[in-house]
Amino acid sequence: MQFNGAQLIVRLLEQQGITQLAGIPGGAALPLYDALSQSTIIHHVLARHEQGAGFIAQGMARVSGRAAVCLASSGPGATNLVTAIADAKLDSIPLVCITAQVPRSMIGTDAFQEVDTYGISIPITKHNWLVRNIEDLLEIIPSAFRIAESGRPGPVWIDVPKDVLTAKIEIEALPPLPAAEPLPAIDAGLVMRAAELINAAKTPVLYLGGGVIASGASAAAVAFAEAAGLPTTMTLMGLGAMPVDHILSLGMLGMHGARYTNYALEESDLLIVMGARFDDRAIGNAAKFCPNAAIIHIDIDPAEHGKIRRPDVAIHGDVGKVLERLSAHVRANPRTAWRDRVNALKAAHPLALPDAEDPRSHYGLVLAVAGLLDDDAVIATDVGQHQMWVAQAYPFRRPRQWLTSGGLGTMGFGMPAAIGAALAEPERTVVCFSGDGSLKMNIQEMDTAVEEGVNIKVVLMNNQSLGLVHQQQDMFYGQRIYASDYRRHTNFQMIAAGFGMRVFDLDQTDDPRNMLSEALSVRGPCLIHCSIDVNQKVYPMVPPGAANTEMIGG
Amino acid sequence: MEHEVQDIPVMKSVQKVVLELSVHNHPGVMSHVCGLFARRAFNVEGILCMPVGDARESRIWLLVFDDARLAQMIAQVEKLEDVIRVDRHGADHRVFERLEEFFV
Repeated sequence: MQFNGAQLIVRLLEQQGITQLAGIPGGAALPLYDALSQSTIIHHVLARHEQGAGFIAQGMARVSGRAAVCLASSGPGATNLVTAIADAKLDSIPLVCITAQVPRSMIGTDAFQEVDTYGISIPITKHNWLVRNIEDLLEIIPSAFRIAESGRPGPVWIDVPKDVLTAKIEIEALPPLPAAEPLPAIDAGLVMRAAELINAAKTPVLYLGGGVIASGASAAAVAFAEAAGLPTTMTLMGLGAMPVDHILSLGMLGMHGARYTNYALEESDLLIVMGARFDDRAIGNAAKFCPNAAIIHIDIDPAEHGKIRRPDVAIHGDVGKVLERLSAHVRANPRTAWRDRVNALKAAHPLALPDAEDPRSHYGLVLAVAGLLDDDAVIATDVGQHQMWVAQAYPFRRPRQWLTSGGLGTMGFGMPAAIGAALAEPERTVVCFSGDGSLKMNIQEMDTAVEEGVNIKVVLMNNQSLGLVHQQQDMFYGQRIYASDYRRHTNFQMIAAGFGMRVFDLDQTDDPRNMLSEALSVRGPCLIHCSIDVNQKVYPMVPPGAANTEMIGG
Repeated sequence: MEHEVQDIPVMKSVQKVVLELSVHNHPGVMSHVCGLFARRAFNVEGILCMPVGDARESRIWLLVFDDARLAQMIAQVEKLEDVIRVDRHGADHRVFERLEEFFV
């Protein structure tokens, strides 16, 4: 078989099971797009900005757990992808990003639309390549998927010069898919020591991060918590690992965790941390976090052990595999006294959800949407106050139900990620909670959503401001509100209609619940607009740098 | 009420360490290694790199200070796809000493 480089890439992507990808063409990428046009297997989703393409791929990867693909041309096409790829790196999302580059003979000449994509992508990827020869594609593309999906998942980036895309190669057959990388061997002695610590602990807390979801170990973690009687908290990325209304669930910890959650952690004598990295938004001031707790840290990335908090027992391994071993050695224990104490804390310091009954209030809107959906729905958010309100109030009950930009905190993530999720799992309803600041950052993807006819529901909580900045200026900067309030009202309803989206304006109805119900039940993309009071805050709040027990409000 | 985040850890010792990295001899591997140290604000005092054997591998020698973050740095270096292994030597390793005559 004879292929050019572009055709070979398309065949190698098809071999990986790729049926959809997102991107934007351009000069250097034209050969790749010509080859894609001949594929009967791959559906190309045309984004309206490369960052949108990156987040559409992220949405696909986050709901499926498999590496998804985004494409762009050279120069600005590549630089526009940077934010979406950096976002995937911080949240450990498997992506394969392919960009075109100027021809090899022109690299280093400041050619039109030339940028050092390889150099730019080093610090934001798990690995990256500049493809120097067409035959290297036979090794690089399969390696890219293997690296993106193995161990701690993450994004990889392949930069392909245009003349490599047009070069010819004669091969007998595609190389067979490489075997998956074996999971790390687990140290039996460390498992025994961890089990001894758990069996001896009086006030242990199980602490689940996004790694539990990446490992597919959520059900095993819940079973483990039930057997050992472990109150369980989740990080922002770990939400959905245990149903939030489970009797053992403490909900989300950290900067905007409930008071009882952070108080219970403070009293813990042992933290069993799985697939989490002690992020500062989760643990607050590291030196003051759970001062009396021993730490068992289970993670597939050995560089996370001791990075922030020195563990008493560090187990390198896949969370699911470690749980299998650990469960055999941990004694069943109802831990009645500790759980009574946790319940007392919960009763005394519950998560406050003011105005929960009003579907046109911040928490009330989140709860009203939740009340109209079942657990099959996917919930994406942008970044800001609305994101935290959803994280606090939405009843997440399954892994991969919740898509949010955790580590990088990228405004503009939500809508394209929701589009990707809806493309990957078209039978689901995908809700994107957004704010007016965030929505403006990738609003052009409304066009993509309508063109693809995806079943996404953009719930816009519009407070005409950058709410979380507004909140912090109000609380910590002498109420000097600066550059966080939009002085002009934006007519989002008209913008959405201009893109061909259906619009439901909760401000303009006597029966907002009925309108919400209609909006969520009619298939296809729509905007659900609701004005929110700019003075509503996300409470409780741990001030940056403070201990988690030093919460304000709530 | 504002709280300051902790400063970058102060260098606790002037003790030096020599790291020996075996790496795939790919273009870009030096960028990966040096970029990793730079973006984690970890100074590298000296660098040597040459291909070894049939040139499929290279060896990178790094002279660094032994501060509290070194174990974390080594763990991060070991994660790089093109790094095959990392060996840690004491300051008495002679690889950089022998070169001193070129740096006067």
